Amino acid sequence: MAVSVDEAVSTGPARDNPPPARRLGGRGRSALEVALLTVLAVVMLFPVLWMIETSIKENRDVYAIPAKFFDFTVTLEHYRDVFVAPDGGRSALSVSFLNSVVVAGVSTVLATVLGVPAAWAYSRFAVKAKKDQLFFILSTRFMPPVVVVIPIFLMYRQVGLIDNKLGLILIYAAFNVPFTIWMMKGFVDEVPAEYEDAAMLDGYTRLQAFWKFTLPLLVPGIAATAVFALIFSWNEFVFATFLTSSDSVRTAPPAIAGLIGGTTTDWGLVAAASVVFALPVLVFAYLVRRHLIAGVTLGAVRR
Amino acid sequence: MGTVAAHGLRKSFGKVQALDGVTLDVPDGSFFVVLGPSGAGKTTTLRAIAGLEKLDAGSVRLDGRDATADAPAARDLAMVFQNYALYPRHTVYENIASPLRARRCSASEIATAVEQMSSLLHIERLLQRRPAQLSGGEMQRVALARALVRRPRAFLMDEPLTNLDLKLRVEMRTELTRIHRSLGATFVYVTNDQVEALSMANQVAILKEGTVQQVGTPTEVYERPANKWVAGFVGSPPISLLACHAEGDRLVGADGWTLPRPRWATAEDGRALLLGLRAEDLSVEQRGDASLSGELYGLEPLGDRTVVDVRVGREILKVKARPTVTGTPGERLRVTVDLDRAHLFDADTGLSLSEVGR
Repeated sequence: MAVSVDEAVSTGPARDNPPPARRLGGRGRSALEVALLTVLAVVMLFPVLWMIETSIKENRDVYAIPAKFFDFTVTLEHYRDVFVAPDGGRSALSVSFLNSVVVAGVSTVLATVLGVPAAWAYSRFAVKAKKDQLFFILSTRFMPPVVVVIPIFLMYRQVGLIDNKLGLILIYAAFNVPFTIWMMKGFVDEVPAEYEDAAMLDGYTRLQAFWKFTLPLLVPGIAATAVFALIFSWNEFVFATFLTSSDSVRTAPPAIAGLIGGTTTDWGLVAAASVVFALPVLVFAYLVRRHLIAGVTLGAVRR
Repeated sequence: MGTVAAHGLRKSFGKVQALDGVTLDVPDGSFFVVLGPSGAGKTTTLRAIAGLEKLDAGSVRLDGRDATADAPAARDLAMVFQNYALYPRHTVYENIASPLRARRCSASEIATAVEQMSSLLHIERLLQRRPAQLSGGEMQRVALARALVRRPRAFLMDEPLTNLDLKLRVEMRTELTRIHRSLGATFVYVTNDQVEALSMANQVAILKEGTVQQVGTPTEVYERPANKWVAGFVGSPPISLLACHAEGDRLVGADGWTLPRPRWATAEDGRALLLGLRAEDLSVEQRGDASLSGELYGLEPLGDRTVVDVRVGREILKVKARPTVTGTPGERLRVTVDLDRAHLFDADTGLSLSEVGR
């Protein structure tokens, strides 16, 4: 039977991959839904709105009774105070922001660099007592940080990591590695192992196969996982409060909290500092939003 | 050169013994098919040869050299995966070029080789597409091109035609046989489709539950099955097996029928036997001495032939007949048996007894 290859190609029914029909909310929301969503939005967003308003009000408007919602003088002096000290130098707050960037950034990178290959290994290889190991890894996330902060404080004091950025980086990475392993294992499981098998037969080593063929497919997952890790490190308060004391090491959350109290509280400064603190995570999450959505809807990863 | 020898392969996944001492000797340049039902260990065998599966015991020798501990890359093999495993982020061109890139070939060498392969497999116009934009048949061709772009020691193929529709599968069978002939390379080909095995192979190894049942040419496997399981697995419609024993110059069925004892049947009297009769060695249209009486159970028209189901005692015989044959269920009829082509198996061990006397 002589069948030309051209025929074979052209007559073979194409196996189409139609895009999955997706329901995107839809226009037909009921009035009840709209009402509920509006109420929720107002409740959730009012504090944010109030924070932003406070950050641009002059101090006498901040304390005005009844509260001024719209007719106040706009000022950016609080934002100046966040970054510039009264003597014209760098403010303590701006140093704490920088510390937050360093600590959150480095600890996230560290957790990702350690966690992604570990997740790959747990997904691909036969590891002895794999389930027990994974449970053990997860169990480190069971207790709230407050529970372990005292022992960690004592240990850190022994090794000289108190009031040290490295100390915070290590503890945040330690908290984020289990999270990264668990999130990423799900993503690696989604990528067929055959790509690596094929690459190894092509002549690549196992690590090259992972690096060249599997890792690029994991980028959405890594982005989503890293954002969550970053948010955790960025927002972390308990360890930062207990393990740091000097302005040069302190991260933003305890530094901002430290503004409250004393004889008077400069609410304008607190609000401005909070806005500045909230922005980077919002911007970052916005930038990787597409990956984030692909990441949090596990199983929707494209093969 | 391209000989592949696997000896005593053993591999278990948890409690499941996937390979239980598989030994295969693939001669240079042969089209060697590993045939078996799903779960027989075919894919595991192939992956073990490729170095993708760590063995519990056994050795893999390539061109006579022990390669059991070698990494897949060092074995100089190419493989076509059942689901093709095309790199989703890469274009067809990059997919085909991958084995050459991994081996650091120059850009011009790669361009020439990819061009050559894509024209051989008629996929030139697909080179800039990505796998998601290909049909099943096209993906299959690209996967084949990625394997063929190099001249490895041997090609391993894991059910490469399973995911294609029937028409394309038949065409690709011819195509693969042609490619094998023109390359003269060693192919180790895994399938659960006996038609593929019988039509393409020089040699077939039949696998069941991690053990090799029989190795031979397609004709040998079909004509002289080593045991009742192979006899039942190879052939369509499946062979009919009737319980019987020898008594003097007769074979006496458990259901009371008698047939003349074939000259080659040397089994001692009284031993529990199974008489294996293939559909084409039975007839409802001819007259002969050796015949069984039964009743028509059903007709299965298949276009070029009709399979007649005849009930003899409690067993159903599958009989091949001309497509024009007619009858009503329940009607009495006689089935003529070509005893020279029949098979006898030991009912307890299942092993063939036909070879001894023939």
